[in-house]
Amino acid sequence: MNNPEKERRPSRSGNRITNFFSSPKNREQSLAMHQQQQSALGSSTLNLPTISLSTASGIDHDGSDSTQTLFSPLTAVEAEETRKRHAQFGPLNDPSHLYVSMHHGEPLEAPVVDEPPYYILITTYISYLLLILLGHIRDFFGKRFGDKKKYQSLKPYNGFAPLNDDFDSFYTRRLKMRLDDCFARPTTGVPGRYISIMDRKSDDFNQTYQYTGTTTETLNMSSYNYLGFAQSEGPCADAVEECVTRYGLSFTSPRSDSGTSDLVIEVEREIANFVGKPDAMVFSQGFVTNASSFPALVSKGCLILSDELNHASIRIGARQSGAVISAYRHNDMNHLEKKLREAISQGQPRTHRPWKKILVVVEGLYSMEGTMCDLPGLIALKDKYKFYLFVDEAHSIGALGPRGRGVCDYFGVDPARIDILMGTLTKSFGANGGYVAAEKHIIDKLRMTNTANHYGETPAPSVLMQILSSLKLITGELCPGQGDERLQRIAFNSRYLRLGLKRLGFIVYGHDDSPIVPIVLYNPGKMPAFSHEMLKRKIAVVVVGYPATPLISSRARFCVSAAHNKDDMDRLLAACDEVGDKMQLKFASGIAGGADPLPEGVTPEMEKEWRKANGLEGVVKPPRWSIEDVVAHGVQDAKVRLR
Amino acid sequence: MDLDEAQILLKSWLRYVVTTFQKLPGSAVLVRYVQSSYQNDPIRSAIELILVIFFIRYLLSPSYSTQKQNYVKLRDDEIDELVYEWSPEPLVAPLTAFEEVEAEKLPVIVGPTGPKSKLSNGRTVTNLATYNFYNFNANEQIKEKAIQTLRTYGVGPCGPPQFYGTQDVHMKTEADIANYLGTEGCIVYAQAFSTISSVIPAFCKRGDIIVADRAVNYAIRRGLEISRSSIKWYQHGDMDDLERVMLKVVKDQAGKKLTRRFIVAEGLFEMTGDSVDLPKLVELKEKYKFRIILDETWSFGTLGRSGRGLTEAQNVDPTQVDMIVGSLAGPLCAGGGFCAGAKDVVEHQRISAASYTFSAALPAMLAITATETLSLLQSNPDILTQCRDNIRAMRAQLDPRSDWVTCTSVPENPILLLVLKPEVVKGRNLSILGQERLLQECVDEALANGVLITKLKTMPLLNYVGSQSGGWQVQPALKVCVTSGLSKKEIEKAGITIRHAITKVMTRKSSARTG
Ligand SMILES: Cc1ncc(COP(=O)(O)O)c(C=O)c1O
Repeated sequence: MNNPEKERRPSRSGNRITNFFSSPKNREQSLAMHQQQQSALGSSTLNLPTISLSTASGIDHDGSDSTQTLFSPLTAVEAEETRKRHAQFGPLNDPSHLYVSMHHGEPLEAPVVDEPPYYILITTYISYLLLILLGHIRDFFGKRFGDKKKYQSLKPYNGFAPLNDDFDSFYTRRLKMRLDDCFARPTTGVPGRYISIMDRKSDDFNQTYQYTGTTTETLNMSSYNYLGFAQSEGPCADAVEECVTRYGLSFTSPRSDSGTSDLVIEVEREIANFVGKPDAMVFSQGFVTNASSFPALVSKGCLILSDELNHASIRIGARQSGAVISAYRHNDMNHLEKKLREAISQGQPRTHRPWKKILVVVEGLYSMEGTMCDLPGLIALKDKYKFYLFVDEAHSIGALGPRGRGVCDYFGVDPARIDILMGTLTKSFGANGGYVAAEKHIIDKLRMTNTANHYGETPAPSVLMQILSSLKLITGELCPGQGDERLQRIAFNSRYLRLGLKRLGFIVYGHDDSPIVPIVLYNPGKMPAFSHEMLKRKIAVVVVGYPATPLISSRARFCVSAAHNKDDMDRLLAACDEVGDKMQLKFASGIAGGADPLPEGVTPEMEKEWRKANGLEGVVKPPRWSIEDVVAHGVQDAKVRLR
Repeated sequence: MDLDEAQILLKSWLRYVVTTFQKLPGSAVLVRYVQSSYQNDPIRSAIELILVIFFIRYLLSPSYSTQKQNYVKLRDDEIDELVYEWSPEPLVAPLTAFEEVEAEKLPVIVGPTGPKSKLSNGRTVTNLATYNFYNFNANEQIKEKAIQTLRTYGVGPCGPPQFYGTQDVHMKTEADIANYLGTEGCIVYAQAFSTISSVIPAFCKRGDIIVADRAVNYAIRRGLEISRSSIKWYQHGDMDDLERVMLKVVKDQAGKKLTRRFIVAEGLFEMTGDSVDLPKLVELKEKYKFRIILDETWSFGTLGRSGRGLTEAQNVDPTQVDMIVGSLAGPLCAGGGFCAGAKDVVEHQRISAASYTFSAALPAMLAITATETLSLLQSNPDILTQCRDNIRAMRAQLDPRSDWVTCTSVPENPILLLVLKPEVVKGRNLSILGQERLLQECVDEALANGVLITKLKTMPLLNYVGSQSGGWQVQPALKVCVTSGLSKKEIEKAGITIRHAITKVMTRKSSARTG
């Protein structure tokens, strides 16, 4: 408990950042904010002086670290540059804030899902009931007496059927519209550690918005910027600039006409090497990578077994393939096995002919749940049932594994055991597009049968160079050390935040090492409230509800990045603590972690015995740590098995 | 075992059950109800009891789908044996001979794409195989703007538009396109190819009716397929046939609930290069109450005085067309696609078009590039005039002059699609694959003489069979893309090279036998 980190002095960088929080208009407010947070955190948020030990701070690669700038006053220009750099990629507060993301061999257990008290479930249902009821009443009267123009698209007009079925659009008009201002908030600048949101207000309940012309710089917990490559400076941006000068803006042709350039071939080779497959192909959009790959892989007479929570692009691709699609319960290997046994033994429906192929489709990391696929379990089943395995690594590539190479790397599985490794370049690499990696003969065939290769545009040179340079950074070919630091920072931040939230009493979904950290809000009304409260504290979060999640489990999602540092996580935790109390969000019963620290001398291995000895077996205490304790213990505890 | 003990136990249980039952709210009412009903009519309570039991059984019974009706019950060891015996087909089939040739002949460009491109074999060739019609790719001013954008926005927006992926640049690009076209709104997608495939199913649902031209491109067909609407086809370019089909739809629908109806056509058909008669289309649409989804992927930025597309070329008010879909990735040298239309048409897509909602936003650099190239087109219509001169020059070398091929594209289309003349196909009895082979030889021959052209990609469309194909057969074609980056002289020279290459291939001894 006697943590040396407790005695820390104010961090220069922390202050500077908060000072520069945003436009002058917000200066005062932000100062007040800062004080408020400081008082909430006590002394423990304060840090050691930031001697930037970070090598990954973007443009620091020339070696001129900010060591000497620490105590000599900065010129205004320098200060502005540092501020800009740190707004995109935060400095590492302390070298201990690193962790290697890796699975340690035991079978992957499903995360414990905590349940809120019953009254929460009931009020949630009642909320929806009310929303739906009110919506229908308003529709009923609106259509008869309301503003003509507003309801026109719902009614037959001039002999045209309505463009939207009022049934189909009911959800959008009556439920989503109420919290519409939490979605599609326009931003400007780099979506890095901070993101600048364009301020807007609405006088007509989110029908239209007025932009005030100001922006607010917020802590970015929303972008899929896992490795912090969203930067407008640094080695990647430099490489991209040079590439644009040399290659121009576009290849203006699909791959199979004349869009195949040396650059795209190099990117494909590097990606193949990175994921550990002999060959790969890239596309200009991740969505289309999935949507066009399934028709090229399976057809009539084949079966696709798909995890029920798979992404829309997978579902659309699968639907177009002509194969029979069947879903199994999320990450439930027993259910998958049952489905496999049934499928193989029964054959195709009606004819009972054997299936031509069975393709099991999973995602590496699920973007709404924060759960990982059970790769070891899948491989075991694959050996027995001979299906082909397609893993969509959209969120896991770069974000998981000691070398950032996705779920295979994380679980220590040879990538050769997976047939198709697909991923997107939109997330960890800060670029755009997707890839498919597989054996050479498979890729050779896909180049001919994947229609996006014939008709879709080739990724732009700038995008390709962003992929290439960020890949080289991760592997250490460029600026050695930076890549590793990024990987270890995201792993640490993820665990630190997850543990902190659990200790504060939130119900958190997902696996421990996942950089996607959703907390459950339940009541639909809490979605906009949470989003607004966080925005007030200058934190940008994503809230999602039905239909992207089950009706009952509306949630807020934090996407952790390597661009964040521990200060940012503490700031988020403090904000969550406050908001959580204010809005009654702390429902955790204790079964999913966040337990009190063990007494002196008791190690986690001894915990079971100790509990037995003290008659504490089966006793779970709802975790409601104070923010000070969470911060004080977090760094140590995030690096051992979370409990 | 003591009988007494057991009895006591049973009694205490019973008492427990009774007391808990009595504690339940409403139990008294139930008891009273059962008692009175038994007194009045014992048979009725017996029937009610049976009903209750039946109801519970019904609730507990596993739900089964029709699929399981011929389910064969097997023992575990039998299943294991079947599992052991089952062997799947390989994940992909081996390459066909045709595909092997295609793969081998794929040109690889080193360095930037331009009117003159360097190939991986070290030769520099005249590149007539890209959509770089105005050579914006080499425009230093646009490059400069792109780099400025890079230095303020980075590359990727790292998120879907609904989750902080929408940047001010996207809003600007959308507004610029809408202004340029003259529509109320516009929505920008991250990829052109997937745009129309998502726009169609965003509006057309099961039960709706779509009347489509038989020659529509692959992306549209995919959209039609996903929509699950009922698809009616009309003869390519035949407005009378379209009217006949529409009339039939209206007749069939008479008296039924009003459904949405759409016409789908292309501004410049990707597969044939010709265009649709838009004024007539608009007239029919109004007459029979259809909506128009117009794919301007190939006509936006090419047709019309300032490149606004088919509406400008044929003097149609763009607001008459319900959805205009276009590409920013072709001649505009940016990336992504868009759909322009009325405000509610656009807003509806933001949550219901899959490739918009479930995909990351377009990189800011590309959005800015589109804005820049559009404003260039708008302010200098000369760019288009120059390109059209080159199109005319190229065409003059090919269409009337060649004995073997004819151009199916309209005169303003910078993509010249050259198909083998019907008499040649007939005379030599050429199959589709035979034509493909001959045309590939023409491509090779032209390349040997320093001109890079390409072929229309027909395979994905040929794989559509039956009703999905609309009963239309795509004809293999050479694709020659004209650019204003070359002088008229150079274009003419390239045209002659292509013509000679075709003649050489067609008069080869061996070619007479292919087919
Ligand atoms: C699992 C999965 N696959 C594919 C995609 C689509 O990728 P992109 O955004 O590059 O189109 C996403 C993006 O959200 C995703 O989560």
